Amino acid sequence: MEPKKLTIPMEHQALTLLRAGERVLLSGTIYTARDAAHKRMSESIEKGEALPFSINHQFIYYVGPTPPGPGRIIGSAGPTTSGRMDKYTPSLLERGLKGMIGKGYRNQEVKDSIVKNQAVYLAAIGGTGALISRTIQSMEVIAYEDLGPEAIYKLTVKDFPATVIIDSTGEDWYEIGKTIFNG
Amino acid sequence: MRAIPYQFVVNEVAKMCQEANFELGNDVIDAFQDALKNETSPIGQNILQDLIENANIASSERIPMCQDTGGSVFIVELGQECHIEGGSIYDAINEGVIKGYEEGYLRHSIVDNPLTRTKSKTYNSPAIIHIEMRPGSECTIHMSAKGGGSENMSALKMMKPSDGIEGVKAFILDTVKNAGPNACPPLVVGIGIGGNFERCAYLAKKSLFRPIGHRSQHQELAELELELMAKMNLLGIGPQGMGGSTTALDVKIEIEPCHIAALPVAINLNCHASRHKEINL
Ligand code: SF4
Repeated sequence: MEPKKLTIPMEHQALTLLRAGERVLLSGTIYTARDAAHKRMSESIEKGEALPFSINHQFIYYVGPTPPGPGRIIGSAGPTTSGRMDKYTPSLLERGLKGMIGKGYRNQEVKDSIVKNQAVYLAAIGGTGALISRTIQSMEVIAYEDLGPEAIYKLTVKDFPATVIIDSTGEDWYEIGKTIFNG
Repeated sequence: MRAIPYQFVVNEVAKMCQEANFELGNDVIDAFQDALKNETSPIGQNILQDLIENANIASSERIPMCQDTGGSVFIVELGQECHIEGGSIYDAINEGVIKGYEEGYLRHSIVDNPLTRTKSKTYNSPAIIHIEMRPGSECTIHMSAKGGGSENMSALKMMKPSDGIEGVKAFILDTVKNAGPNACPPLVVGIGIGGNFERCAYLAKKSLFRPIGHRSQHQELAELELELMAKMNLLGIGPQGMGGSTTALDVKIEIEPCHIAALPVAINLNCHASRHKEINL
């Protein structure tokens, strides 16, 4: 089946129609953040300070790209392991975050929070940073510039390939996929 | 005594670091092609095709195949009658890593202090360097750009001798199951059995330097490698953990004698971005 084309941020209805295991091509705006940026955002939340960008309705991509070579917008830019962000994710979902893109398992707390806040978790293919970089059309640093590749960047993407892993009903494709092909 | 100039080592190491990240080995690409013929899951097939395309883009555009360009790990086979002129081999390798990573726009992924998480002041170094002394005057450097995602899902267990081979197999399969999508399957699984606590970990790492398809010289271990691979591919995990029959591209086992009370087992997982280069200086 051909992947479904979607724009992000997306309408609530489009998001709730997404199903675990569905392939999508995303176009629009996404924000990057990985370990260090999540730690700082969570410190801001604890202190009651504003987050460095308005997170409502947005998607975060867990990525720490390589530096862009000459004439490039971005270097290699594939997903990193999402589980390291589990600790910080529910509080961001509470503040309106609608999607996360990464790779690998999420814990039960994150899954529950995804359902409660009607959000979605997608995976990009780990280790295809060269391929993914072609779908990124612009990159602008938004916050925590001192973190280098771990800073928060705003990316404009066109047909960014991903697969729905946890949908807004809580179905988890990692569990389903495994049982289909087990044995 | 044969002398190799320090700067020559620096330059060759710098080149290896870049080549490892831009040029995926033919053994890995062939393994993707073979897997594609057998993979039954449509998502799995798509992923394998993307891995092949990604490797082609990396090679033609000289951009890293993965944004995690690795911590660099070296195994040096150094002849006793060979020495590095003008500095230590450790310094030469580290200088080569800094040069290769910085000039090649590879990522600086090393923190100085694992607890405070402050970034290392030298670009993506220090490297992890193992030196094995050999007779003669040759010097061969093996380099691996090792990803953090798969390294994090690796495991070591001091098992009981009574656990036996069945216990060892169960531990290995559990480790792969537990890693699931996190280690970026399809995997290359490196296993070290015996030695002691640190030695089995080294054996597991060292086994990953063997090309895909290269079997253990010990008949019974070669059979065990194939048996474990077949079992892993029945787990259903598949490419990227999204379901399928290609969970492992290969399994490698290295074995060494150990203490009568011990059965040390280490499992070092490598992702599909199995990046290795070697050079004979
Ligand atoms: S596990 Fe390997 S392929 Fe996956 S992101 Fe890390 S280095 Fe890249």
